[in-house]
Amino acid sequence: MFGYYFDLALRSLRRNPVLTALMVLAIGLGIGASMTMLTVLHLLSGNPMPERSAQLFYPQLDPQGIEDYREGEDPPTQMTWIDAMNLLNARKGIHQAAMSGGQVTVRPGQGDHRAFYVDARFTTADFFAMFDVPFARGGGWSSSDDDRQARVIVIARTLADKLYGEGQAVGKMLRLGQNDFRVVGVIEPWRPVPHFYDLTSGGYQDGEQVFMPLSTALALHQGIGGSLECWGYMSFDNLDRKTAPCSWVQFWVQLDTPAQQQAYREFLLSYSQQQKMLGRFMRPPNTRLHDLMGWLDYNKVVPGSVQLQTLLALGFLLVCLVNTVALLLVKFLRRGGEMGVRRAMGASMRSIFAQLLAEAALVGLCGGVVGMLLTLFGLWVVRQQPAHYAGLAHLDAPMLYATFVLALCTTVLAAVFPAWRACRLPPVRALKIQ
Amino acid sequence: MHPILSALKHHKATVALVVMEIALTCAIVSNALFLIGDRLSNMQLSTGVADNELIWVRSDSLREGGTSGGAMSLEQADLAALRGMPDVTAAVRANSLPLLNASMWRSGISVQPGLPKATFNSIAMYLGTPGIVGGLGIKLEQGRDFLPQEYADYSPSANQAPPSAVIITRTLAERLWPGQSALGRPIFMGEKGKYVTHVIGVTTHLLNPTLSGRTNSEDNLLLPVRSVPGGMYVLRTEPGARDAILRDLPAVLDRVDNDRILTGSDSYARTVSDYFHDDRALIWLLLVVIGCLLALTALGVVGLSSFWVQQRTHQIGIRRAVGATRRDILRYFQVENFLIVSGGIAVGLLLAVAMNLLLMKQYELPRLPLAYLPVAALALWALGQLAVLGPALRAAAVPPVVATRSV
Repeated sequence: MFGYYFDLALRSLRRNPVLTALMVLAIGLGIGASMTMLTVLHLLSGNPMPERSAQLFYPQLDPQGIEDYREGEDPPTQMTWIDAMNLLNARKGIHQAAMSGGQVTVRPGQGDHRAFYVDARFTTADFFAMFDVPFARGGGWSSSDDDRQARVIVIARTLADKLYGEGQAVGKMLRLGQNDFRVVGVIEPWRPVPHFYDLTSGGYQDGEQVFMPLSTALALHQGIGGSLECWGYMSFDNLDRKTAPCSWVQFWVQLDTPAQQQAYREFLLSYSQQQKMLGRFMRPPNTRLHDLMGWLDYNKVVPGSVQLQTLLALGFLLVCLVNTVALLLVKFLRRGGEMGVRRAMGASMRSIFAQLLAEAALVGLCGGVVGMLLTLFGLWVVRQQPAHYAGLAHLDAPMLYATFVLALCTTVLAAVFPAWRACRLPPVRALKIQ
Repeated sequence: MHPILSALKHHKATVALVVMEIALTCAIVSNALFLIGDRLSNMQLSTGVADNELIWVRSDSLREGGTSGGAMSLEQADLAALRGMPDVTAAVRANSLPLLNASMWRSGISVQPGLPKATFNSIAMYLGTPGIVGGLGIKLEQGRDFLPQEYADYSPSANQAPPSAVIITRTLAERLWPGQSALGRPIFMGEKGKYVTHVIGVTTHLLNPTLSGRTNSEDNLLLPVRSVPGGMYVLRTEPGARDAILRDLPAVLDRVDNDRILTGSDSYARTVSDYFHDDRALIWLLLVVIGCLLALTALGVVGLSSFWVQQRTHQIGIRRAVGATRRDILRYFQVENFLIVSGGIAVGLLLAVAMNLLLMKQYELPRLPLAYLPVAALALWALGQLAVLGPALRAAAVPPVVATRSV
């Protein structure tokens, strides 16, 4: 039966090549534009740690002065050194890590190589286990290395291969700035998208090349950068990050069960109360505990311009669909005579309806192909943009299927009304006009 | 008019669909046009410096235990070497440039002393070494350039007294002292406004390193300093010499001292152009969308009109047979199209305003100026008439004899 319908559809579409091309093009344009933007949106609002995102949490505390206090205001987005260390040493989670970002100067030993900067992450021992960072060789450092301010580092494989050749890095010494560090581990390329654990320098930056114990970096004045939010008037020259009233440390904790999560919320509250009693905190306890996806939402990582463009693309698709509905309506009604004959010969209203939908599905399928080609082109254009996320814009298998499903569904849906109108035409009238 | 309307009543569904398509197109096109205008107006802001004559370069010294004196003498040596390059007319050090898109120090200031909190917040601080005003090509509207003795050792992050003189923009002057001359007036900074500096000059324009929103894009102070740690060298030259200078820069600086990392250098014109890259991309995107939408709508109208003409061939023949001229037939389809498009525009204008309100709420866009609406309406009317012309001419060409044939 379907074969027959498709045969009929093919004939009918061939009879009006201009109209058919117009419909296919309209569907293709609409699908291409919306799938390009939906792919980018899908990519940017994706889950960076699908297996573990529900267990990773970002606590917030409010150590600011009382002067500007307004009830209900959100606490700072980062922690002070003291609070981060207190939470770290309390060890209330499965894993926990404090961290900050920055740059280090890599000074390759051999004569003519010039020094260069690479992005670095200064953190604590649990970072690698908590975020499931894949190691190529060696491993992370221990928490006793954190305590001893050990001069150890983990580096990315690209950097390791560049400096030492493949598989040679572990155990080597590397000079960063004014100090020498022993390489204890090499990690595989690792770039969570979004860059969830530190959103202060944009949501989609590249992964870091060097990982170093936070305490070591502080002691040796390695280039801790990132955002620094302070309260009160003070000098920022020769700032002591350990004591200054500034928040600059990101803190993540892994909590596996709801009970652990509830216990951690209570712990944050009691910690705030205790700090207030000690006179360190001025404000009433003001704590938050976002999970990973909640934290991304809170920080509105997806750029507004991308959302706007997606909206625009969907609006465009809507116009394309209305256009298709109108053209299909015209096309179906014009064939009143043919349908009248078929009805008179005994075809049921249902089979006419099915035949018309089959015709629309064929248009949708062709539109899907055009749409996919346009999506590929659209993503290529996106990749030429200088944005951080641009290089990631590729069509993956689910989005490829989604393109066809969307094209097919929207076209068939668009055809429902015209087909219904057309198959309701009384066969007698259609024949009489003839 | 009446027969046209009653004829349209027979095609309610089709007419409704076309009206809807035109309404959506109208709403999207007018909002897209507005977005384009909005971005364009941003891109036409004057930076306040000599865009096409500047080059900047950032360099970090790797010398160990750098003292501030050592850093300063290196700055001086670098500047001397840069000034010695052919075609370089000026070389200064600054902490940032307009539209550099890098973070910079911002402070609160007041126009009265002793206030517990600053009245004007988030004012950007430009720092420049001797020759900064002429070197960047900043145009003074009132007052004078800095005097040599006014350049001081100052770092805004160190909570210390600022230099005694400051140059501000006309926009900021108007904000601080509406309707009055700013020259000679004091600006208070620091905790409880304990430091003071005086306005000695007012520039026509000087944009901030980043623009946020549409307001306060020129809220900045220009302070005279002797050295800018962590800053950048800015060279002034002729537009034609920029590429050669950019090429030779690293070697010239390395001859002064090669234990350094050059972290970036570019011609300033390219920097400004990069700043607006996203805006340009959005404008192109919107233009493409507008073009596709209009083309689609036009083709849709052509398809429908052709169908109607074909369907009514018989009627047209009868009308011609009873005395209607070709002109009447042509006019009939044109008026019909005008009515449908007008219906679409009426709905579309409402939709456009609604869409703008939604965008305003979600993306902090300004209100849609009503002037955009007639533009979109006119465009659609013209488009509709253009689209219907072909089918209508075909209709007008139907000979009266058709009426006598039984199809």
